[in-house]
Amino acid sequence: MSNLLYVGKGTPRTIEVDKVTGRAIYINDLKLPGMLYGKILYSDYAHARIKKIDASKAEVLPGVRAVLTGHNIPDVRVGFLRDQTVLKKDIVRQFRDEVAAVAAISPEIAEEALDLIEVEYEELPAVFDPIEAMKEDAPLIHEVDARGKPIRTNILPLPWKFYAGDIEQGRKNSAYTVKDTVSTTWVNQCCMGTSGCVAEFDMNNDLTFHSQTNVVFLGKQRIMEYLSSIGMRGRNVRVINPVVGGSFGTKLDTDIYEFICILLALRTRKPVKILFSREEEFRALPPRQPAVFTIEQGCDKEGRLTFRKAEAILDNGAYTSWGATTPSVMVMPMSSLYRVPNVSFEATCVYTNNIYCQAMRGYGNPQATFAVESSMDELAEEAGIDPAEFRLINRNQSGDVTPMRLKITSCGLEDCINSVKQKLNWSEKRGKRKGKGVGMGSLIHVAGGARVYKSDGHGMIVKVDQNGHIDVLDGGTDQGQGSPTIISQMVAEALGFRPEDVSLTLGDTGLCLWDAGTHASRHTFMAGNAAVRACEKVKQQILELAVENIPKVVKSGFRRKKRNDPDFVEPDLDYTLISKPEYLDIKDRMVFPKSDPEHPFFRIEVSQIIRDALHVGTGESKVVMAEAFYDPPTEMLDRELKGNLSCTYAFGTTGIEVEVDEKTGEVKILQLFAAHDVGKAINPILLKGQIYGAAYIGAGYGLTEEMKLENGRVMNPNFLDYKMLTAKDVVPVEPIVIEPGDEDGPFGAKGIGEPGLVPTAPAIANAIYDAVGVRIKSLPITPEKVLAALKEKRK
Amino acid sequence: MKKVSISFTLNGDKVTAEVPPSWTLLKTLREYFELTGPKEGCGTGECGACTVIVDGKAVNSCIFPIPEVEGKSVTTIEGIASKDGTLHPLQKAFIENNGVQCGFCTSGMIMSAKALLDHNPDPTEDEIRTGIAGNLCRCTGYVQIVASIEKAGELIRQKK
Repeated sequence: MSNLLYVGKGTPRTIEVDKVTGRAIYINDLKLPGMLYGKILYSDYAHARIKKIDASKAEVLPGVRAVLTGHNIPDVRVGFLRDQTVLKKDIVRQFRDEVAAVAAISPEIAEEALDLIEVEYEELPAVFDPIEAMKEDAPLIHEVDARGKPIRTNILPLPWKFYAGDIEQGRKNSAYTVKDTVSTTWVNQCCMGTSGCVAEFDMNNDLTFHSQTNVVFLGKQRIMEYLSSIGMRGRNVRVINPVVGGSFGTKLDTDIYEFICILLALRTRKPVKILFSREEEFRALPPRQPAVFTIEQGCDKEGRLTFRKAEAILDNGAYTSWGATTPSVMVMPMSSLYRVPNVSFEATCVYTNNIYCQAMRGYGNPQATFAVESSMDELAEEAGIDPAEFRLINRNQSGDVTPMRLKITSCGLEDCINSVKQKLNWSEKRGKRKGKGVGMGSLIHVAGGARVYKSDGHGMIVKVDQNGHIDVLDGGTDQGQGSPTIISQMVAEALGFRPEDVSLTLGDTGLCLWDAGTHASRHTFMAGNAAVRACEKVKQQILELAVENIPKVVKSGFRRKKRNDPDFVEPDLDYTLISKPEYLDIKDRMVFPKSDPEHPFFRIEVSQIIRDALHVGTGESKVVMAEAFYDPPTEMLDRELKGNLSCTYAFGTTGIEVEVDEKTGEVKILQLFAAHDVGKAINPILLKGQIYGAAYIGAGYGLTEEMKLENGRVMNPNFLDYKMLTAKDVVPVEPIVIEPGDEDGPFGAKGIGEPGLVPTAPAIANAIYDAVGVRIKSLPITPEKVLAALKEKRK
Repeated sequence: MKKVSISFTLNGDKVTAEVPPSWTLLKTLREYFELTGPKEGCGTGECGACTVIVDGKAVNSCIFPIPEVEGKSVTTIEGIASKDGTLHPLQKAFIENNGVQCGFCTSGMIMSAKALLDHNPDPTEDEIRTGIAGNLCRCTGYVQIVASIEKAGELIRQKK
């Protein structure tokens, strides 16, 4: 590992030069000949019966090519629990409900047509609080399930229950216990590139779908199932990613607008584009799921955790997307962040008339870790132990098997806590209560794939052409994380080429092999492992060709020389040096004998070997190409939510110093240290980019970001009123990269996409407590909440 | 719709656009001139993805009425590399310092930074942050963007 040429270096993102020259083609920029523009009409009510939809005026507007309502499309259910239709014709259950859609020759005409569609509603009683919604007399959001069976409750049929050990025994063993309730709210993923897609059918009814999805193959599968359900079984779908302007979870599910776009394309036989406005991005995309946790923990006299018992209530909104499965990730910090023998975790997802939710970076982990890490500080205080020391006592360690059966193969948590402690000057600064304070939070997350589906695999094709150029077809996607650079580094390293010799194609079901998706911080780990395996095969092919061809190349050179110079005497060469593939190696695109790398005759360009292998005559020519399909030895969670779902786990600790203005309640982050066990940094500059970005979103989650919903309506659907942090809101993030190496990771690497976000908000809350002695239990921690808590404390 | 004829300089070339007077500069750049660099991230002047330089000043082209461009000089991300393909120091620095991730904010971010460096080639960190305060980025946490702009400033100063 010590003499790596490209892995571990800060290779620049030259491969993405189009992004700095304005040439990169995002969905916004994609135009096809004859393309139409689709727009969607949303509900005027949070809960209402549709009495009438009259689209007749829209249909005759010049330039309109199709108007769809629930009455003229197949009545087919879609979604995770098949609890909605693409367009709603009977009942709307949230403001974002799609009621009609138009395709027209310009976006302006499509917009005008929407205004001409008349919908008559009869308002129904609505419910916006999940606790209210659980009551017996609450209005029912859904009256029947996907199979038409009556539903009698708003509680989803997804019983998230995890038990390990014996809570009562744990309680008995406790010297100290704490119990509290904390909550988190809706936040928007705020991708800078808004959502959109382009759908086009050919005359065979095969679909090309330009989609931003980060699960191209699962996306394809969902669309094929949908097409099949509307009578188009057997038609092919090719899903292609444009350049994607951020994802952060939004691209995990196939959204309703995508089905609408496909239906409009089918109806008009033209390519159709739907592109969201920023307002739609806030009002009509599923945000991060809000949750309320009641969490109770205990420890013995020595500070060892004895039990953890938590209950979560999640506001599911009106329909079900991936948000409802976030408890499957919440269970990870709940059961496995720190050593805790007895665990109980129950989560209830409840239908309401609010906006429904999806995935966002961290996928339930930030919510649950806010609960766990707030409670850890409370328990440390109760036990009279320094919170950092308390975490060290209970830290996870390599070799642990957690109550969830996660196998912790490598764990740098101790290093993370200690380095944050040292950098913050923890012992000096803590406990002063003079308006400044320090706090920390840690995390565990999947970092070696995540077996969410039966396949956790990643397919990769690597080919080297006759000009010595490498094309890599990667089944994953790039939403900005920099995979093309990272993968090119690993391929170059594994093959003995340079990163600039490598081109990447990602996100295309027509060219690439199956990948379970670029989510769960899995791409570097999965694609890296596939790359290493594919390159091993490719290298073997090249070396075998070299054994065959180097002597031919050398001898034909000699023959040429002899023709030109009759006195030339062929040197006496030891051809055994190159007689077996294992005697050869490749570096800097040259093949050479290991025993004599600078050999004057046997050191030959790979491209020449490949050319010679290609141009040898009938039936003899060969190409260099290999595929690898890497499916890690991981387990799906069983019915008890147990199983080793990832090949390895990320650990990290964020330590923060804040200053709290007791007059205004404003919180300023003075220092933020983010220590992460990353296994091995494939590219330290890009890796830090992930940590900086994640910590920033985490700081926004902690302090400012909040979708304000009033009776189900999003009240702040713009960047003026939804407070994303700007460059002026300085968060001085300093990453601390800990690289113990992971035995299963490619070159030792673990995934790092999500972790940086996870412990940021609780570290802020803990630091505020240290600074001014108030604990804010709901996110975001606004100045109003701090002031109110300070006022309460003074009483 | 009635169209107006607007003449201005676009990335060094004299051009005339025949567009409805209600169009914005962004719409004109994207739809009339088919430039893909300036992006619409919000359409209301809040995110900065559409930033271009008009007569030396960074503006949100999504709320800039096209009639006001008459006679002015407009520079977009497409116009800052040399004709021979040599990247502008800002473009180089963004690539080398990971100032770009998803890239959607990048065109606007670089144009705001260029307007700043054109007037002040040696800005403090605070001046850089003020210069890009109107450009939102969701990926980077701005740290490596600020570093890229600092590096570009250095490159520009070395050249002079």
